[in-house]
Amino acid sequence: MKPLEIPEAIRLQLVDAAHAGAPLEVCGLLAGREGRVDTFYPMTNADASEDHFTMVPEEQFAAIKDMRDKGTQMLAIWHSHPASPARMSDEDIRLAFTPDVIYVISSLVAPAAEALRGYAMIDGVPEEVAIHEI
Amino acid sequence: MTITINAEATEIPDDTSVTELLKLHEVKMPEMVSIELNGEILERDKYESTQLSNGDSVELLYFMGGGAIGI
Repeated sequence: MKPLEIPEAIRLQLVDAAHAGAPLEVCGLLAGREGRVDTFYPMTNADASEDHFTMVPEEQFAAIKDMRDKGTQMLAIWHSHPASPARMSDEDIRLAFTPDVIYVISSLVAPAAEALRGYAMIDGVPEEVAIHEI
Repeated sequence: MTITINAEATEIPDDTSVTELLKLHEVKMPEMVSIELNGEILERDKYESTQLSNGDSVELLYFMGGGAIGI
């Protein structure tokens, strides 16, 4: 899968959101065109949990309609791992139902704190996708 | 009859329920789909009993969740 391009300003929005929500997990959607992100849609974590997230359907639908109005598409589903590495957990894999998106995770844990990692689900297995900051 | 699914006009048979629509749409995990019907979230336990009508607008999204539990 092609790399995901994320502007620095949006990467910083993700970092800020992850810090602001810690120790709870924070989530959102990333939209854009042709693999280049141009909009971050913060989503409420209905679970308000330190190790789980569930997006709120009303917010998801509103974001998707906004993307449609703007001619963009959902490129990635993002969430934070406040206290663990930025890799797909078994739970992330189990609940990765949405096709043709990249699952982006940010960790607040050193040494790679604030780094983003992306994964595409290929036949049920996560494969890392490069994320390029632009 | 004609409905829209995720803003695309789609022809479906008359008297199609939401559950049947998910089968027609080849949704692999229907129990993990959120549905908005004419702007209102449809509770999952209403999928079977809700009949679609000509002109209805349906939005489908997969459940989005996960987390570091068990990592």
